Amino acid sequence: MPFLDYLPALLQGARVTVELTLYSTVLGALVAFGLGIGRHSRRAWLNVPCAVIVEIFRGTSLLVQLFWIYFALPVLGELVGLNLRLEPMVAGTLALALNIGAYGAEVVRGALQAVPTEQLEAAKALDFSGRQTLWRISLPQALPEMMPSFGNLAIQNLKDTALVSLISLGDLAFRAEQIRNFTQDSTTVYTMLLLMYFGMALVLSALMSLLGRRVGAWRNA
Amino acid sequence: MTNNPAIEFKRVVKKFGDTTILNNLDLSVAQGEKVSIIGPSGSGKSTVLRILMTLEPIDDGVVYVAGRPLWHEKQGDVLVPAREAHLREMRKHMGMVFQQFNLFPHMTVRRNITEAPRHVLGLTQQHANERADEYLALVGLTEHADKFPRQLSGGQQQRVAIARALAMQPQIMLFDEPTSALDPELVGEVLQVIQNLASKDDLTLLLVTHEMQFARKISDRVCFFDKGEIVEQGAPDALFDTPQEPRTQAFLQR
Amino acid sequence: MLFDMHWNTDTHWSFAVSILPILLRGMWVTLQAAAIGFVLAALLGLVLAGLKSVRYRIIAWPARVISEFLRDTPLLIQLFFLYYVLPDYGIVLPAFMTGALALGLQYSAYTSEVYRAGIEAIPKGQYEAARALDLSNLHTFRVIVLPQAIARIIPALGNYLVSIMKDVPLLSVVSVVEMLGVAKIIGDRTFNYLIPLSMVGGLYLLMTLIAASAIRLLDRKLPAQGIPLK
Repeated sequence: MPFLDYLPALLQGARVTVELTLYSTVLGALVAFGLGIGRHSRRAWLNVPCAVIVEIFRGTSLLVQLFWIYFALPVLGELVGLNLRLEPMVAGTLALALNIGAYGAEVVRGALQAVPTEQLEAAKALDFSGRQTLWRISLPQALPEMMPSFGNLAIQNLKDTALVSLISLGDLAFRAEQIRNFTQDSTTVYTMLLLMYFGMALVLSALMSLLGRRVGAWRNA
Repeated sequence: MTNNPAIEFKRVVKKFGDTTILNNLDLSVAQGEKVSIIGPSGSGKSTVLRILMTLEPIDDGVVYVAGRPLWHEKQGDVLVPAREAHLREMRKHMGMVFQQFNLFPHMTVRRNITEAPRHVLGLTQQHANERADEYLALVGLTEHADKFPRQLSGGQQQRVAIARALAMQPQIMLFDEPTSALDPELVGEVLQVIQNLASKDDLTLLLVTHEMQFARKISDRVCFFDKGEIVEQGAPDALFDTPQEPRTQAFLQR
Repeated sequence: MLFDMHWNTDTHWSFAVSILPILLRGMWVTLQAAAIGFVLAALLGLVLAGLKSVRYRIIAWPARVISEFLRDTPLLIQLFFLYYVLPDYGIVLPAFMTGALALGLQYSAYTSEVYRAGIEAIPKGQYEAARALDLSNLHTFRVIVLPQAIARIIPALGNYLVSIMKDVPLLSVVSVVEMLGVAKIIGDRTFNYLIPLSMVGGLYLLMTLIAASAIRLLDRKLPAQGIPLK
């Protein structure tokens, strides 16, 4: 049966997809918190650059960003005298992380702003510094609010990893293209592909739900 | 000890947009004095406490705490607006209990109480725990130390809030309508704790409340606030039994 | 040369200026693809929302699975699927339409949720009042539910229009000559990727900012309570 023949190669690609999703989601989370907290800050020198970065990565297409990092960045590097020729894996991870980080930043910022002012006042009354208030009082309370949106973003990231096949990274989509080119058996290959992504998305969704419940445990004590 | 008043407001003005909340307010509270502030809503009572707790800045005038300016710093002979570092230092003199308790929902009772002593005062975990135990016993909630706020009743939460503020060992305790958000049957347990505190000679206490009998019982002085100024103030019995001003009389009759 | 237009590689600046009209031609294709994709998404989403809310599980449940499936699988793969598989079954569409169809399908899952949320946001009290006044179901829907739901649905749909615009570049992989595809061709031929790709980035940013502002304007003009009926 054809689909059994395709399976090994596809699973190899799936492994790359999972790796890529993992790295880019974790890196993206760091970017999201960094930019989100920056956006939340009242200091203009922090707020404005973060806002600009967020708007750029949210307002342009991921594919454009990916191509820019993979094709255009090396050229820029030459002009400046640096070797910015990134491998597909690095370029892909970077583009995905920045993209998802920009969207995540808005989620982080929104959740931080939603922390009731009374909590901030109580913290001030106890003489916590601004930084202490942010890390000990605001963020822990904001985190459960962010989780549902983070879940959606994680799935979006998984889907977006398929784009790296276009810069020749051997992920699931790339392998599928190879098989299709070779066998012309579009229907089987693509159906398998769609089902595999669907399966991965369901697993990721379940994981994010679990994470959400752990993070919000104190709310259901 | 010094003869400085614990708190002094000198011609303090506070505005919210076009509305003047405090109008050239003069107020002086001695060390160890227990003062209750009563008056109608919007009279500026809570604002006085919030200004003291550095939650609201002032528009004019000077506020002194323990003889030092609160919202200003001395630069030579001149007073300039205070920087954050100065405010942080001054805050340690005061503790505040809010109407809505404002406990940190993601921390246990114990952690609510030990967090600031540990990370603001720099106490060790053990020392902070000892303090928590001491103040939990004071408010009668020792067995609830490992619970989360939402597992406690309103009265219990407010008592935790009092313990939390006390754990920083401030010289001045500010109570902003501490029982107004509580169901009637829970008010008593909180008032009892405040009454116990009122018996401490070295603690200055400022209480904004609608509980008139309680104010009468524990206060050295009662201030009646209306429209941003002190209309009348004096010993509790005198003020409650024989109010001099018509506005005071009108308010107490309701 | 592309679209019968030459570019000038004398200086960076002349290069940029000369490819601008070419990129704009690509942008026109981008806008068309986004528009058609959006219309398809709005219509298909309506159908999907309707099917999902049918009371018979035998219809509603598969509809919900399909919707989830469309949401959780990559647009790129859906695009490839349509592009390569449909012809095997006798359906041959121009690449542009395949692209628009893929966009429509992927986003129909999102728009169906928008419809559902918009309708569900209407408080039960409204239905109860309508029933108390003895209004028919159809009349209730037309005059009570729809005007209130639309006020919430339109801005949300507008946000997805912006998202669709950002997904149009994917169509370049099936040879639809939209803006990114154009830039890549220019880059492949001149080995200068930096200028075309940066310009495309800038143009996309401009496009999405304008669209987003237009939607915010629309959002502000739509009263929160719904379309006023006199």
